[in-house]
Amino acid sequence: MAEYAWRRGLAQRRGPQAAPLTAFVRRHRLAPYLLLAPALAGIAVVLLWPLVQVTVYSFQNYGLPQVTGAQPTTWVGLSNFTATFADPEFWLSLRITVLFAAVVVPLTLAIGTLVGLLLNRLGKKMAAFVSTAALLAWATPPVSASVLFYWLFNPDGGLVDWTLSKMPHWLVGNTDWAGFNWTTSGALPAYTVLTVLVIWQSFPFIAVSVLAGLKTVPDELHEAARVDGASPWRVFWKITYPLLKPIFLVLLLLSVIWDFNVFTQTYILTGFPGNRDEFNLSLYIYDKAFQFPPSYSLGGALALIFTLILLVVTVGYVRASVRQGALT
Amino acid sequence: MNGAPGRAASVKRLKSISLNGSGVLVALVTLFPIAWMVSTAFKPSQEIYSITPHLTPSHPTLGNFAQVISGQASGIGSVWLFFRNSLSVTLATVLLASLISLLASVAVARFKFRFRASVLIMLLIVQMIPGQALIIALFFNFDRIGLLQNLLGLILVYAAQALPVTIWMLRNFVATVPKELEEAAAIDGASAPAIFWRILFPLVMPGLVATSIFAFITAYNEFIVALTFLGQAHSDYTLPIYVTYFFGRGGAQWGPIMAASTMYTIPVMIFFLIVRRRLVGGLVAGALKG
Repeated sequence: MAEYAWRRGLAQRRGPQAAPLTAFVRRHRLAPYLLLAPALAGIAVVLLWPLVQVTVYSFQNYGLPQVTGAQPTTWVGLSNFTATFADPEFWLSLRITVLFAAVVVPLTLAIGTLVGLLLNRLGKKMAAFVSTAALLAWATPPVSASVLFYWLFNPDGGLVDWTLSKMPHWLVGNTDWAGFNWTTSGALPAYTVLTVLVIWQSFPFIAVSVLAGLKTVPDELHEAARVDGASPWRVFWKITYPLLKPIFLVLLLLSVIWDFNVFTQTYILTGFPGNRDEFNLSLYIYDKAFQFPPSYSLGGALALIFTLILLVVTVGYVRASVRQGALT
Repeated sequence: MNGAPGRAASVKRLKSISLNGSGVLVALVTLFPIAWMVSTAFKPSQEIYSITPHLTPSHPTLGNFAQVISGQASGIGSVWLFFRNSLSVTLATVLLASLISLLASVAVARFKFRFRASVLIMLLIVQMIPGQALIIALFFNFDRIGLLQNLLGLILVYAAQALPVTIWMLRNFVATVPKELEEAAAIDGASAPAIFWRILFPLVMPGLVATSIFAFITAYNEFIVALTFLGQAHSDYTLPIYVTYFFGRGGAQWGPIMAASTMYTIPVMIFFLIVRRRLVGGLVAGALKG
């Protein structure tokens, strides 16, 4: 056993001072804990402990007067939660978040899968060309991509407005596209841009993952089905999809989590802190916590609600991973 | 060319044309926004706001880049300053996260201990905790220890945020190293550190490349923590915060802004192209398995 090798290795460590220490480590089987210690310390300080603190804030009245010490911190029970649930802005931001994910997740998965299937069928050179293009979109940092899409959809000189204004009215409607402001005209136009942006950035990952999965499927299976005259649609649902189901499940859960979490892109495209009617849940939390007057307690309550929503998805993700034998 | 064989051949050709056609279409649509960013960066302003925009600049200029490098356009300093900040934060994060996760992955891949399964499940769960949820508490804690407007604070947060994923990824790589090698070394009298550095380390190098890619992307792209921590400390801005600040200043300086985001973006693109094979093997396997 390797564990034996490591323990033996520890025992053979030479040096007068090291000997009693290594003996102690060996006797109490401390090696794995020592190896894990730095990682667990980092995770505890940056991830776990702040989660506890945020939970505590959410049951207190923690704001600027409490931080400066001008007023004492008191426990306020559930009032931060009732205040949040009574705020129409909360429900609007939740609705925007859910609707956005409901549109973007299936579209990203569908487009990513189609491109993955396409890459699998293309010749070597063409596949390299397409996947390089996808790789570059994937590599673009969210801030660059957001600023770039803001510029593409800008009313003053943006390419999209210009193109739409040159199109015939029967195709694009009677809107005055030449000066149309996508980011300040309400949630629908702003999130239309965000949908295009997020799909552009995230379909390559799906495509590449699906392609990696397809490489594990023997070609003969597809060939046989095609020779039997099955349509591509049937081949996908009867052969490809069942074989790649575990991959699709994980990709679905990851996409839901990512698209629920979108912050950078919405922050830049909606011009935070303006346009409150375009907040998603992430922006709403950030606004409550850091815009003047900051309420760390309301922010904490929201953060907790947000984490709990994501936890439901995460449980699905963990179960899917465990079922794939991830723990063995 | 009559009859069935001819028809089969032409169907095949038609198929190949439509496949390659879709390939070209997908590639061009995907590349277009990037091309537009780079082209805007090289356009003089009368071409940027021209009544009929063109994809390629007719009088390409380096003026936008010159403004970004001199710091004149953003008003807070040369792009090189922010480049240096981003690069040091990113490299330090990569080193720190790789070292710590390598140690941890040996623990979970090579040892049987009581809380092993709990640690693994905990890692899966904490990687899903949204950064927006923790930022309030992190802000106070790092303020208290004086690491708020400070690149070191960012490095610590980024490394810890990367750990759950990098440990999972490395664990899969460590598990593929044959245990016999370590056993043979132990029998030959090698000490534990020697087994670690001489045998395991070289063999998990591909895994370390994969985790480095992940840590690199995490640190180089990170937005919300840097935005919150750095506040008005302009000279500590990382590239994404610099580009956002620049963009938020208004005045629609699209030429310089696109020049700045081009300079921010090109290094990651080159990096992705260099590591592309590992990217697919490592990141995808990492994301799919954990």
